[in-house]
Amino acid sequence: MHHGDARPASEENGFLSNDKTSPTQPTLWLLAVRDRRDRTAFLQLFDHFGPRLKAMLIRGGLRDGSAEDVVQDVMLTVWHKAAQFDAHRAEASAWIYRIARNRRIDLARRKPPPEPDPLAEPEGSEPDAPQILALGQEASMLRRALEALSPDQAKVLEQAYFEDLPHSRISEMTGLPLGTIKSRIRLGLERLRRDLKDLRQP
Amino acid sequence: MTEITHHISDHLLDAYVTGNLPHAFSVVVAAHLSLCDACRARAEAAEILGGALLDRVAPSAMSSGAKERLLAALEDTSPPSAPIARSGIFPAPVMQALGGQPPKWRMLGGGIRQQILSADREGSLRLLYIPAGRAVPEHSHGGLELTLVLQGSFSDSEGRFGVGDVETAGDEIDHQPMAGMEGPCICLAATDAPLRFRAMIPRLLQPLFRI
Repeated sequence: MHHGDARPASEENGFLSNDKTSPTQPTLWLLAVRDRRDRTAFLQLFDHFGPRLKAMLIRGGLRDGSAEDVVQDVMLTVWHKAAQFDAHRAEASAWIYRIARNRRIDLARRKPPPEPDPLAEPEGSEPDAPQILALGQEASMLRRALEALSPDQAKVLEQAYFEDLPHSRISEMTGLPLGTIKSRIRLGLERLRRDLKDLRQP
Repeated sequence: MTEITHHISDHLLDAYVTGNLPHAFSVVVAAHLSLCDACRARAEAAEILGGALLDRVAPSAMSSGAKERLLAALEDTSPPSAPIARSGIFPAPVMQALGGQPPKWRMLGGGIRQQILSADREGSLRLLYIPAGRAVPEHSHGGLELTLVLQGSFSDSEGRFGVGDVETAGDEIDHQPMAGMEGPCICLAATDAPLRFRAMIPRLLQPLFRI
């Protein structure tokens, strides 16, 4: 493994690539897993997200050993479901966050959480580079806004995203200055509309 | 398909994305996201934030051997079977709650039918079938109620709700939804009060006898 030299210098700020015209490094790894079943890239994803997922799960109340077991489950799901990853609509970190959240719900409730209808990429469609770029730019705006929050504000978010926060307390998140940015992210809404219209055809 | 005009509130969407919404409500939200592009984009924006938080959390080292264990598991595990898919008017989350089977309706009287999909301490989920032009008896509930239209429409004091629309009702709303004249209305409803079957059915039936 040579993950050390594969990491860009900007690791501290969450793999923001300096070059704003390409997806983040983890997203590139995930695409390599999706398109070429690339095991080296998969292990790089594991090196990056494994310890972070473990930390998140421990925050959510799991013990060390169970947290590692769940990380294994999550990474296996990443491997098996990589074909469903769509770089137009998510970065690797958001997609993997969702898988981990679903696994946590599944374990806590002993039933899998509901998932919306999948939106399949239309057969033979080419990657839409401007769309992927726009998503990356919006995501990095959100990351910068996150860095600008006070520790208390960031803590509320981490509680909500990593721990069990009663939904009555979720409203504490609403007042955060991120709301405006979040609501501006349309994530290729036009593309979604197109895909959904196809799905709705009888 | 007419435009969806009644959406999921920010508060409920955040609770859904962060995994803090009880099961019954999260099925309604997932079903709405299956039908509503705008809310799906909002949910995905909230997931980007989840990813950003994951990216910046202080890592906790994995034990030695974790990588070898993962590689061995890649060889040993087969991909999970495909989840239950949407069918007809029912998006995938509803078909999953139905266990992949068509609804098994129970008559409630007055042509109204229902199927309980789940009921636990945190809430209950059911499908309702209301004949065209028929009103569901006035009801109050112990807390939050989310109702998603899957077929037809209904109207009440809060407005008209068509396919994909969600009504969010709290304690304060005393509503009496009436199905549109265009055909039977089928909706998915979640409440956070546990259902008490014996008490509930007579309570539903009682006003019907007076119609």
